[in-house]
Amino acid sequence: MTAAAKKSQTQNTSGNGKLAIKLNKKDFESDQDVRWCPGCGDYAILATVQRTLATIGVKREDTVFVSGIGCSSRFPYYMNTYGFHSIHGRAPAIATGVKVARPDLSVWVITGDGDGLSIGGNHLMHALRRNVDLKILLFNNQIYGLTKGQYSPTSLLGTKAPSTPLGSIDHPVNPLLFAIGSNATFVARVGDTDAKLFMDVLNRAHAHKGAALIEILQNCPVFNDGVWNEVTEKKHKTARQLVLKQGKPLIFGKNKELGIRMKSSFYPEVVEVGDGPGQVPESELLIHDEKAPSTYAHMLTLMQHPEFPIPVGVFRSHEKTAYDDLATAQIASATEIQGKGDLKKLLYSGMTWEVGPDGVSH
Amino acid sequence: MPETTTLEKVVIRFAGDSGDGMQLTGTEFTKAAAIAGNDISTFPDFPAEIRAPAGSLAGVSGFQLHFSSSEIHTPGDAPDVLVVMNPAALRTNIDDLVDGGLLIINSGTFSDGNVKKAGYETNPLESPLLDKYRVHIIDISKLTLAALEDTDLSTKEKGRSKNFFALGLLFWMYSRDPEVEISNIKGKFGRKPRLADANIKVFKAGFNYGENAEVFQDIYRVESAKFKPGVYRNITGNEAISLGLLTAAHLADKQLFYSGYPITPASSILHYISRYKNYGALTFQAEDEIAAVGAAIGGAYAGALAVTASSGPGIALKGEGLGLAMITEVPMIVVSVQRGGPSTGLPTKTEQADLLQAMFGRNGESPLPILAAKTPGDCFYCAIEAARIATKYMVPVILLTDGYLANGAEPWRLPDVNALPTMPVTYRTDPEGYQVYGRDADTLARDWVIPGTPGLEHRIGGLEKDFHSGNVSYDPSNHERMTRIRAEKVDRVSNDMGPLDLVGDEEGDVLIVGWGGTFGALRQAAEILHNEGKRVSHVHLRYIHPLNPRLEPLLGRFEKVLVPELNMGQLSMVLRARFLIDIKGLNKIQGQPFKVREIVDAVRRILSSDSARTEARTHA
Repeated sequence: MTAAAKKSQTQNTSGNGKLAIKLNKKDFESDQDVRWCPGCGDYAILATVQRTLATIGVKREDTVFVSGIGCSSRFPYYMNTYGFHSIHGRAPAIATGVKVARPDLSVWVITGDGDGLSIGGNHLMHALRRNVDLKILLFNNQIYGLTKGQYSPTSLLGTKAPSTPLGSIDHPVNPLLFAIGSNATFVARVGDTDAKLFMDVLNRAHAHKGAALIEILQNCPVFNDGVWNEVTEKKHKTARQLVLKQGKPLIFGKNKELGIRMKSSFYPEVVEVGDGPGQVPESELLIHDEKAPSTYAHMLTLMQHPEFPIPVGVFRSHEKTAYDDLATAQIASATEIQGKGDLKKLLYSGMTWEVGPDGVSH
Repeated sequence: MPETTTLEKVVIRFAGDSGDGMQLTGTEFTKAAAIAGNDISTFPDFPAEIRAPAGSLAGVSGFQLHFSSSEIHTPGDAPDVLVVMNPAALRTNIDDLVDGGLLIINSGTFSDGNVKKAGYETNPLESPLLDKYRVHIIDISKLTLAALEDTDLSTKEKGRSKNFFALGLLFWMYSRDPEVEISNIKGKFGRKPRLADANIKVFKAGFNYGENAEVFQDIYRVESAKFKPGVYRNITGNEAISLGLLTAAHLADKQLFYSGYPITPASSILHYISRYKNYGALTFQAEDEIAAVGAAIGGAYAGALAVTASSGPGIALKGEGLGLAMITEVPMIVVSVQRGGPSTGLPTKTEQADLLQAMFGRNGESPLPILAAKTPGDCFYCAIEAARIATKYMVPVILLTDGYLANGAEPWRLPDVNALPTMPVTYRTDPEGYQVYGRDADTLARDWVIPGTPGLEHRIGGLEKDFHSGNVSYDPSNHERMTRIRAEKVDRVSNDMGPLDLVGDEEGDVLIVGWGGTFGALRQAAEILHNEGKRVSHVHLRYIHPLNPRLEPLLGRFEKVLVPELNMGQLSMVLRARFLIDIKGLNKIQGQPFKVREIVDAVRRILSSDSARTEARTHA
């Protein structure tokens, strides 16, 4: 056990409820050397998750990270929580089992574009539509890194990779469109190094009761370096990212000079904001509403650079009873209505008959 | 007035279109036989299609019931009584009826069209082929309509009750109490009183027809069998598994977590367990077989008694997940209800061809404990035993059953729940000196630590782990050490095994070695031969892996070893490889269980060729 673990355990057991448990980022770091490539976006993601968990009010022992296979899926080894590095694509299914069996745990899923949207697409869809209370971090670097650079289901058409020397010929899947289509109750996007926004989103996801999917635009410096640079680099960020804020108009640009307006034909358009000629007053812009019907969030997911800014932040967040709550409630109501099950009665239910000591039935 | 003849045992088969309600008819007659105190064994045999085209050969559904005043182990080799509801049922079943057997035919369905659909050139009712049976041609369809003349049901609805006519007739013929059935119908159709009334009317009409028609020379009586004192119920294998799992969770004081995906013939386990919500049982119908095993792994990791079940194709999909559960040493149960394969194969028929899949159906060296249930009632105890092994040794356990056990019913003496041994499960909570792969010296099980335990946060996963710390390790000798200790742990399951399930002497000429659902046929065959004075014994294996250590010495004490299996010789292959001995296989791959006669004949052939050889040697 690490020194940090000992320390926090002492605090946990000595508590009378008044003593605050103060954890810091270090408490969430395991003793394992982190083995991602130098410059990998995963480092920043790991640091932000560790920092956020330290302030989020969750105990390490009540936190479980479940991952699939791929570079991102090594993540649990570096977290000083409970962790399960499982098999390719199946993390949402395994995490569902954990959460349904133990609703008291805070369960996180770490997956990537290949793991979550290719081999594990089915499980991801069902975890989202069931609304299992899982926090799913999908690291999207548009490439298979661990297997050395094949194009992934989010790679753009024409991506040249070892398996597609002439360019890929399949159309990519849009992770957030997939999530919206699966009727996910919490859908968000952040850049890997955008720590402040990422912490906000993680806090929101943690507070959301139900499935939360966060797409993280993650850089792979070895096989797909700079794939998100056009929208995540500091110098482009303000001009090319649209930070979604509940109840606020869709405004972006260095000086907040641009906005999104809906044309009557239900096409969004980028407009200049202002009172001058050719400009559009702020009152005509779309107002961000996380609870709006999914067609709105759907539209946001389709906005891509360079025609549009790329939206980041929380796309959609609406309430729906979580699967694990329903599962628990069914047991509670069955127990209330039928009474707590008596095993002997169950075994003896249906048609039974007794055979007396003479061996003949009565 | 017909005479009452007392019979020791009778085999009846009901056969009709899959929409004719033959399964219900069979089940109802079974209940009556059970109530009358007979020993029973049933064999439902139905097509994979829910409703194959009406009147077609493919759509014939059958239910065979063996009831007796003495102990029986199988649903019987051949029916003494055959009830057929249409030409197709006649055609597909007539060859099985014993010569001189009783044949009851619903002539109301023998239209030219149906006769042709069954592949007959001319109406078989006029054929001399039926002469060797005692035939009763009754227009059950018409008599059913007549019985319901003054009801407001449609003709179609009325027709649906015709199986109850056949049931009523047989109740009369076998001296069963009609009131038992009338109250059963009321219970079963309680929410649909119109249907209940109609079925009762038709049932009575069938019963009265027997009494009044004066065409039947005999009525029969099968006396009660002698049973061990106790309370009994009928049980199918899948019901018994479900109750066994719930009982195991109770004994281990754990929550039962069952995840499954619909597949024949395993689905009904999910149906049963999902009714146990008020016992705290959690059920999860997953999106596919992979998610079902995945969720079970997650549930087990989180501390539940986790179970998933499937059949061959689904077990194939679960293979990768089982490997993960094996290397992470998570205790769980996987039930494989075998059916005819490969691929979709014969979904509703029985087979034993997934033994090697259970043994070797995963990548890498990944031996798991494998159990096989022998009877429907034994499924209950095997489920408990699987849970005991899983939690004691921290290992996923495979429990093999088959379609024959899953759907077949037998009287089952109810256990005294309070007398079943508890299965204490302890979780480690002490952080001092904790090593993720530290092991118990006796069982080699690693400590079970569940999430939520402070100070014991750790990581597990599918990558090879260090022998002690559980950190990822690529060290060559560590991998070998881990591989060997995982296998050694599974081998140690044999330390808990008791005596073998043996009938006959511990040495002799032929030892029949069997496993799984063939138990009844093998045991009965061995008893027949043994009673004739033949030096024949039968051992039935509950543990397929590891094997009971008492088996090897036993094999050596017989001249010949016969392994009858419903496959091409899978256990034979394992025993030959393991013990380097000669094994004779008796293999049947027809989707049907063994008949007792097939086993008896095979043993006789071995005995006679042996004695012939001995004679030849003496004369030389």
